[in-house]
Amino acid sequence: MSEPILPANFPATPSISRRFRLQWEEAQQCHVLLYPEGMVKLNGSAGEILLCCDGATCVDGIVEKLEAKFQATGLRADIEGLLAHAFGQKWIV
Amino acid sequence: MDRLMGPAVPSPFWLLAELTYQCPLHCAFCYNPINYDSVRNELTTGEWVDVLRQARALGAVQLGFSGGEPLLRDDLEELVREARRLGFYSNLITSGVGLTEPRIAALKEAGLDHIQLSFQDSTRELNDFLSSTKTFELKRKVAKLIKQYDYPMVMNCVLHRFNLPHVGAIIDMALALEAEYLELANTQYYGWAMKNRAQLMPTLAQVRTAEAVVADYRARIGDRCKLLFVVPDYFEDRPKACMSGWGAVFLGVAPDGVALPCHNARDLPGLDLPNVREMPLAEIWRDSPAFNAYRGDDWMQEPCRSCDEKARDLGGCRCQAFMLAGDAAATDPVCAKSPRRGAVDQVIAFAARPRAPKTIEQPIVFRSNANSRSLA
Repeated sequence: MSEPILPANFPATPSISRRFRLQWEEAQQCHVLLYPEGMVKLNGSAGEILLCCDGATCVDGIVEKLEAKFQATGLRADIEGLLAHAFGQKWIV
Repeated sequence: MDRLMGPAVPSPFWLLAELTYQCPLHCAFCYNPINYDSVRNELTTGEWVDVLRQARALGAVQLGFSGGEPLLRDDLEELVREARRLGFYSNLITSGVGLTEPRIAALKEAGLDHIQLSFQDSTRELNDFLSSTKTFELKRKVAKLIKQYDYPMVMNCVLHRFNLPHVGAIIDMALALEAEYLELANTQYYGWAMKNRAQLMPTLAQVRTAEAVVADYRARIGDRCKLLFVVPDYFEDRPKACMSGWGAVFLGVAPDGVALPCHNARDLPGLDLPNVREMPLAEIWRDSPAFNAYRGDDWMQEPCRSCDEKARDLGGCRCQAFMLAGDAAATDPVCAKSPRRGAVDQVIAFAARPRAPKTIEQPIVFRSNANSRSLA
């Protein structure tokens, strides 16, 4: 068994923190997280994963959704890695 | 043609909408221009809406409503609503005066994202003295309203020789009011602050002590409140990359529609500042001589021109270069490599001169409409 990627206190159905706003930026051609006087630019996959954090979908559901959308398998480790990072940054709760 | 051949001009990131220069406070360290009272003819609601649309189309995403006191404009809610519709992240930069419960409720409903509240000190006496008003209790009430309406709160306190010794108490106050961020902003010497520099300039010892206090709090409070403390650049030996580069991220619009590449560009000589009433914003940003005057590094003189650090600090602050070296294109005299560094050292030495406690040798000039008219 490998080490679990997500921390024990990771939320069952993650959602974007109300301290951030996720939106598409035409000028940047990417999704961004906005916060007081600042902005985090997200790469393509980070944007797709955070879009799935709707407060209703569990991690298994997010993996399923993205693997279906991109017709791929084996995405779980990458997705969980990004979710763990986002949780550490308090982007998602 | 030059523009087509040269590197592409990036989008502005930050639009600062200075809605009015009028303000109920009279802070001695205000960076607004001394002659602000002669600036009338404020943009109308319709003109501001047009500025917001054009700036958003250019790619600006962060929007600051500032002034003066932006709450003095009774169309603020309407502008916030338009900003939200356009996809801006909108920040209200306020003294808190005028932020009643009906107004904060209306701003929330209109889609305002964040409120930055200024304090002048942790004590009523100094807060009220420095702003020449009785506003301390009101600000504490406003801070509670901001939390009640679930806004992230950035508290801002401008620092100088009078309140630097209170920096610990100021942090305690921010923690008690549950601010998420505290900006401990050392006075920048422009406008009214420059007028009062002799009174406001701290000593090196004060700055170092405050720095240590902040570091100690940071270690103890973790991420409860993010403390932003920037050492005033007079006390450093390299200048700051002012505005992160001229015409690179910041686009200010003054109450009368004058477009500003930096907050204080009005005080720089020889800059023909364009007005949003006369020129489309895209043209102002990309093509106007004012926004290209100090863009990139072609304009630099020695020692900047051949300096291997020029990409890091971009030659520093143009306004400081003008005020201290008499030439806006000179190396910022804060830099130890500047032949004019002596002017900065002189100011620091003067701040440390011995003086009797509690004496003010020269009266502070408060920012007021009457003072603005008599000094302009």
